[in-house]
Amino acid sequence: MYQWISLVSLWAIPIILSFILVYGWYRRVPVYETFVDGAKGGIITTIKIMPHLVAMMVAITLFRESGALELVLNTIQPLLNFLHVPAEIVPLALLRPLSGTGSLAVATDMIAQYGPDSLIGRLASTMQGSTDTTLYVLTVYFGAVGIRNGAYALKVGLWSDLVGVIASILVVYLVFL
Amino acid sequence: MLNLIWLILILFSIGVAAVNGKIEVISQASFQGAKTGVTICFGLLSVLIFWMGMMKIAEKAGLLDLLARGLSPVVQRLFPDVPKGHPALGYILSNISANLLGLGNAATPMGIKAMEELQKLNPNKQVASPAMCTLLAINTASITLIPTTMIAIRMQYGSANPMEIVGTTLAASFVATVVALLLDRWNRHVQLHRSR
Repeated sequence: MYQWISLVSLWAIPIILSFILVYGWYRRVPVYETFVDGAKGGIITTIKIMPHLVAMMVAITLFRESGALELVLNTIQPLLNFLHVPAEIVPLALLRPLSGTGSLAVATDMIAQYGPDSLIGRLASTMQGSTDTTLYVLTVYFGAVGIRNGAYALKVGLWSDLVGVIASILVVYLVFL
Repeated sequence: MLNLIWLILILFSIGVAAVNGKIEVISQASFQGAKTGVTICFGLLSVLIFWMGMMKIAEKAGLLDLLARGLSPVVQRLFPDVPKGHPALGYILSNISANLLGLGNAATPMGIKAMEELQKLNPNKQVASPAMCTLLAINTASITLIPTTMIAIRMQYGSANPMEIVGTTLAASFVATVVALLLDRWNRHVQLHRSR
């Protein structure tokens, strides 16, 4: 199973690339010129995204560095103890929707500290793998097309993050405990 | 809502820093955060330039139309307000497939292209359309078949079975995605009724 999956992730990109190129060549698309033409769009999109990402990253960095994250964590600690949720997982659950690199660092640190095959390590792996960074995805996708009002998208994303966290805990407990 | 979250994150942080007597952290952290934002953009720049170039070839060759037509019965259900055979569907499908395979780097440009196509259909360019919200819901909950990054990290730390979290990740992300889609539908419904 593992070999098969690592084979897929190894070959997916090369196969997709050659398929697009061979098919384009077969359909007589001027591949080089078309590539360059499309690639220009990437520059414009990145420049459009930049202010959005800077705004979001400043807010998130301030929240982490000022001790506000810690304060929130300490505040909800009793509730978690009551619900029998391991306290170690909370920083990860809270950071996950805010920052992809930040939560990856926390998850890696937990795996290093408790071991990948511990309950905490498995929980960290599942949680990190099963949701995406909502604020980042929202910022990048809406920023790229200039959406100012995201309607109900953020609400849906954050609620499903919470569900993802709860589901991770339940599933890991069911499978590994 | 994003306005409010952003405002609260910053003002609350400044408040906490002031109370803790480490207000000097704020200016340093804001520069650091801005730098992180630009750094992420530079990482995205190379990926976006490369994949948007490749996708232009796929689009011109008619691959996206093929994808949109072939698999649209599935996606059409999720995006009822996107016309049949619209190029947006092709990009949406590529975005979902790339996410499933854990190809995060390739998924983002495809998602952005899908958003650009959806924006063309959007009557109000400032406000996200229901289809855009659905695409975002799928992406934030991100149903994952192979959590490549986590498997690699587990291997690095000497796990006896780095793959054992594939099943739990799939189950948890499946639940999150289903709930995200249900919430999305519900909110779409509520908004429709409110505007009437």
